[in-house]
Amino acid sequence: MNPFTPITTGSGFWNPLIWIIAFITALLLVYAIRLFGNKQYKKGSSQTKPFLSGNVAENNEQLHVKGVNVYWGFTEAFKGYYDKMKRIHTGDTRDYVLWFLIVMIGLFFIVLGVL
Amino acid sequence: MSFDVISHSPALLIAIPLFGAFFTPVISRLHAKVRDGFVIVVIALTEILAIFLAQDIYTNGIRKYVFGASLPSLTRPDTISIPVRIIFEVDGMSIFMVLISLTIALVAAIYSTSFFKKEDGLDRYYTLLLLLTVGMLGMELTGDLFNFFVFLEITSISSTALIAFWIDRGESLEAALKYIIISSLGALFVLMAIGFLYGQYDALNIAALANSIQFTFIDKIALVLLLAALAMKAGIAPMHMWLPDAYGEAPPSVTIAIVAATQASLYAVLRICFTLYGSVIGMSTIGWLLIGLGLLTIFVGVTMALIQKSLTRTIAYAAVGEIGYMIIGVGTALAASTETFASVALKGGIFHIFNDILDIGLLFLVAGAVIYATNERSLENLGGLARRMKYTTIFFLIGLLAVAGMPPMNGFASKILIYESTYQLNPIISIIAILSSILLLAIFVKIFYSLFLGPELPNLKDVKEVPTGMLIAMSILAIVIIIIGLFPGYFIQNLVEPAATALSNPSNYINAILGGA
Repeated sequence: MNPFTPITTGSGFWNPLIWIIAFITALLLVYAIRLFGNKQYKKGSSQTKPFLSGNVAENNEQLHVKGVNVYWGFTEAFKGYYDKMKRIHTGDTRDYVLWFLIVMIGLFFIVLGVL
Repeated sequence: MSFDVISHSPALLIAIPLFGAFFTPVISRLHAKVRDGFVIVVIALTEILAIFLAQDIYTNGIRKYVFGASLPSLTRPDTISIPVRIIFEVDGMSIFMVLISLTIALVAAIYSTSFFKKEDGLDRYYTLLLLLTVGMLGMELTGDLFNFFVFLEITSISSTALIAFWIDRGESLEAALKYIIISSLGALFVLMAIGFLYGQYDALNIAALANSIQFTFIDKIALVLLLAALAMKAGIAPMHMWLPDAYGEAPPSVTIAIVAATQASLYAVLRICFTLYGSVIGMSTIGWLLIGLGLLTIFVGVTMALIQKSLTRTIAYAAVGEIGYMIIGVGTALAASTETFASVALKGGIFHIFNDILDIGLLFLVAGAVIYATNERSLENLGGLARRMKYTTIFFLIGLLAVAGMPPMNGFASKILIYESTYQLNPIISIIAILSSILLLAIFVKIFYSLFLGPELPNLKDVKEVPTGMLIAMSILAIVIIIIGLFPGYFIQNLVEPAATALSNPSNYINAILGGA
C-alpha cells in the first residue's frame, strides 16, 4: 500500500505529501527573500539590542509579560462568562455529584420521553 | 501438546501484567534498576503479544476466549443456550484500544524510570501502574458486563492510589479523594444498570444481552445509568470537573495512564451505544444527545483552559476539550447513520481517540519535564526555558501543533475528518469545533511563550535539560505523532477502519458468541 495514500473525507481529501511539498516550496521562497537582506551588522551594538517603543529595554526580567497576563483583553471582554464559570467550578466534590445527578435526570427525561 | 499462544492471547494480555504487578515488589528487592527494567519488559512483552493478536484479528476476525471451558472458543456449554462463563471477545475496536493503552503504559513506565529517581515507594508505584494497565486491558477485552465492572473498579482503585503518590502534597491527596468518590459513584450506577439487565434477561454476556434486548422501560433506565456513569468517567461536560483536579495533581506519567483509562471509559460508552443497544436504540436521538454534550465539552474545556494559571491544569482542561471532538464525531455517526458521511465521522472520532492520547500525553510529559527541572508549576514563575531545555521545547512545539490540529501533525488528520463530516450534518457544529481548535492553538501558544520564550529568569538560571529516560519517552510519542501525521491513510486503513467496521456491525459481535463453538 502506498504510504502517502490520501485520506478522503467525502467532500475533499488530505494528502500530507502535498502539504510537505508546499511547505518546502514556501521555505525556499523565504530563504530566497532572506538572501536579499542586509548581511552587514555589528553584533553587540545598538543594531542588535531590543527596543520597546523606542526605549532601550533594560532589566529584561521585569519586562517579561507573564503567561497569566497574556490574553488579558479576551478574558476581560468575557468577564461575565468567566465569572459564572468560575462560580460553577467550585472544586467541591458535592457539586460534582450534583452535576452528575442533573445530567442523569436530564437523560431520563430524554431517553424515557423520546425513545 | 502445543500451546497456541494466539488462541490464549486474550487471557495472557491480562495474566502477564497481572503477574508482573505481583512480582514487582519481589524484584524490587534485588535492585531498583532491575525492577525498572522488569516493568518495562513486562509491558513491552504484553504489547508485542497484542500486536500479534491484532494481526490475527485483522486476518481471521473476532477472537473469543472463554475462561474455564475445555476450549477457548467454546462459548456455550452443551446443555445451556446462553453463554454463562466469563468471555473475552476481541474485535477490531477492542484491539485498537488495547494497543493504545499498552503504548501509553510503556511510555509511562519509561518516563517514570527517570522522573522518579528521588522518590520512595517506587515498588508500590510500579505495581499500581501494572495493575492500572490490567484494569484498562480488562475493560477493553471483556465481553461480560460484570467482568467489565470488576476491571472498572481495578482501574479506579489503582488510579486513585497513583494520583495520591505524592502523599506529602495535600493537593494530590485531595485530588485522589475526589477521584475515588466520583469513580465509586459511577461504578455504583454501572453495577445497578448491570443488575437491571441481568434481572431482565438472565445474562451478563454483552453479545447475549445485545441479542435479547427489547428496550423495555427497565432497559431504558439501565441505558441512562450506564451512559451517565461512563460519560462522567470519560470526563464529558458538565461532569468533567474532577478531571483537571486528577490530571493536574498526579505525577505526569500517572496522568497519561489515567488519560488512557478515561478513553477506556469512552470505549465503554461506544460499546454500549453501538453493540449492546445497537439494534434497538433511537440512533438519531442518542446521536444528537452526544453531539450536544460534545459541543458543551469542547466549549467549556477550551474556554476554561484559557484562564488557568497552573501548567498541568491548563493541559487538563484542554484534554477535556479534546474529548468533546471524539464525542461529536461519534454522535454525528449515530445521528446520520444512513448518510455516507456517517462512516467518515465515526472514523474521525475513533482516530481522534488515538491521536488525542498521543498529543495530550506528550504535553503532560513535557509539563512533567518542566516541573522536574524547575520545581515550578505556575505559569507566573516560568520563562525563557528554551535556552536550557532545547529538546523539551521541541517536543512541546510538536505537541502544541498536534493538539491544535495543525498540519501535518496527526491531530489535523483526525480533526479534518470530524470537521468535514459534522459540517454536512450541520455547519454550526463544525464552526464551533474549528473555532475551538483556534482557541486551543492560542492557549498553547500562550503556554509556549510563557514557558520557553522571553528573557532568562534569575531563579531559573541553573535549569538543565531533563534525564535521558524522560527524553526517550517524549521522543517516542513525538515520533509516533509525526509518523501518523505524515502517513494518516495507512493508520486509518489498518487500525481505524477495522475498529469502525467492528462498531458498526454489532451482528458480527453477537454471532461470534451465539454462533456456537
